[in-house]
Amino acid sequence: MNWHSLLFWPHNLPLSLLVLFLLATTFLYAARAQMHGVIQAVCHLVASSMRVASHWLFGSANALRERNRTVLLAQGQSEAAEHIEREFERIASTVRRDLQEYPALQRKLMEDITRIEDDYQRCGEVPPPPPEWVRALESVAQIQSGGDIPRKLLEDVHKSVQKIHDKTVTEYRHSCEGRHKILKAMMPTWRSVSKAMEEVDKKMISLDTNSKKIDDHMEKYQAMRARDVKAEHALTISGFVQFVIAGLVMLIALGGAFINFKLIALPMSEMVGASDYLTNSLKTSDVAALVIILMEASMGLFLLESLRVTSLFPRIASMDDGMRRKLMLAALIFLIILACIESSLALMRDMLVADKQALLHDLSSSAAPAQESGLLSHIPMAGQMIMGFVLPFALAFVAIPLESAVHAARTVLGALLVQVMRALAFVCRFVGVAFRRLSRVLQMAYDVLIVIPLLIERIVSGVGVALPARAGAQKPGSAS
Amino acid sequence: MKKRLAAALAVAAMLSTAGCGDSRAHTQAVYMLVDTSGTYAKQVNKAAKIVSYLLATLNPGDSLAVAKVASRSFTEKDIVAKATFDDRPSRATLQKRAFKAKIDAFARHTEGSAHTDITGGLLQGAEYLNETHAGIKTIVIFSDMEEDLDRGAVRDFPIKLTGIRVVALNVTKLGTDNADPRRYLNRLAHWEARVRKAGASDWVVINDLDDHLDRILDSR
Repeated sequence: MNWHSLLFWPHNLPLSLLVLFLLATTFLYAARAQMHGVIQAVCHLVASSMRVASHWLFGSANALRERNRTVLLAQGQSEAAEHIEREFERIASTVRRDLQEYPALQRKLMEDITRIEDDYQRCGEVPPPPPEWVRALESVAQIQSGGDIPRKLLEDVHKSVQKIHDKTVTEYRHSCEGRHKILKAMMPTWRSVSKAMEEVDKKMISLDTNSKKIDDHMEKYQAMRARDVKAEHALTISGFVQFVIAGLVMLIALGGAFINFKLIALPMSEMVGASDYLTNSLKTSDVAALVIILMEASMGLFLLESLRVTSLFPRIASMDDGMRRKLMLAALIFLIILACIESSLALMRDMLVADKQALLHDLSSSAAPAQESGLLSHIPMAGQMIMGFVLPFALAFVAIPLESAVHAARTVLGALLVQVMRALAFVCRFVGVAFRRLSRVLQMAYDVLIVIPLLIERIVSGVGVALPARAGAQKPGSAS
Repeated sequence: MKKRLAAALAVAAMLSTAGCGDSRAHTQAVYMLVDTSGTYAKQVNKAAKIVSYLLATLNPGDSLAVAKVASRSFTEKDIVAKATFDDRPSRATLQKRAFKAKIDAFARHTEGSAHTDITGGLLQGAEYLNETHAGIKTIVIFSDMEEDLDRGAVRDFPIKLTGIRVVALNVTKLGTDNADPRRYLNRLAHWEARVRKAGASDWVVINDLDDHLDRILDSR
């Protein structure tokens, strides 16, 4: 369609455009009130819808946040309770292991102490008996007469005393020696008592540490019970940190799984065929290799689950010990079988690669293939086989970060969802406010298009208002 | 319970449908025509090297046949060696070795032919390739593309090469081409037009055998 067809007089463009402009302006002026109404109604509709959406989003975000908080605190309480329970178990085991020997230890201590007391009593120094002969000497010395008799008597006494003194000193020395021997014999007992006391002290310190840990956990637990904001923040941050750490570890595990895949994809083609495809680009051998790896991861998951390292499946956690042990054994056997299969596949891969290399060599030249060093050619093969055997077990441990990621994902995704909903609510509110203002802007823009008729209208209405006013003003004058 | 059963059946059906995909559609089939007329009889060793390249490049499940272009080539008797490689890589390697041995024997005892029936070879190749049901079908012609038919051989009718790639290898210039290059260009243009009219999916000419062998096979 040519725009010239819109012109009334195509040979006279200015006149045609002027007529078109006048017609359009007249139409727009006539439809002014209705167009203003339409603009206002549409903008009001959008603004109201956005406001409702914003309200709903804010409300939902708050409800979700509250729900997240409840779940987070419940999880935190559960974890704290588990920690407290574990600490109590440790204390119980310490008490069972160490303090069940306490009566024996106490009896031993008492016996040692009694022995030490007895020995102490025995080695006490007995004072020599008071010399009875001193009073006899005093009586002899008071004799005034008798010539040399007192002197002789005194000399005899001196001799006897000297003899008795010597005997007493000898006995005293013997006695001292005996007491020293007793004291010497007491030394091991003292050491034994000291050692026993040190042991008791050590055990008491361990108990004390555990008690302090329980106190800490109890404080956290109480804060969670009281729905403390700090506790909630701490739990949220802990969730994010756990998620990131678990993600990193899983990324490393993914690298291991990729290497594993590369190791067994080629030999799997020997088993299921190299030209078989599941979809346009998905080879059956690749899927088979992937299935083997996923089975290894699953067996590892069941193994750690049955060992109670993880708790992803409540059904396994609630099994009785006998059944759980059977499951653990089954998972371990499957894992070992898969590791052996993978190891043999790694060997087969090496053989296939060597075979292909030999073929390529034969195809490229007719010369005899170069002889390889036996040891050097066996090292990669052995390495591949070892890797094939070890990687499934290493992959089994991915269950631990997986559990952490699953648990932390609820917190992380919940918090992110709240933020996204809030951002959307803000955008909705902003758009609503913008549309409310836009209504006025559009109305004014519309009026700009019909500014000439509006000016005429204003002049005409001004004249209409002025004429009656002037008529009103002239009336009193004419009367006068 | 019924809903779960239905869901399980749906998943099983999806898997079985996925599993029933045509595996042959991902394979390649190559039919190589080796011109043995005139001076080309002396270039069979070059053709053997190209066969070696194809053997090294083709995967388990692919098919390869090598035939000579003789006076009347629309016959299985001219096929020197053919094989559809086993799905298992180890078996495929053994088959490739055997194939290589046959080609080496052929290269040692080649006798030149009096005429060059390229059209007959193309028809035989198309028949072989269509029987393989491979996803990618290629006819490789190791020749100067100068057809010289035996008396009595009728080849002036439309041929059918639907979905087949045709690769002309080592198209040497004849003595007359040097005098008038238009002969060479016209010859190639004639074959391209004929091949495309027959429904071929592609027409490729490779004269640099050292650097552009990778263009023989379609690497989609």
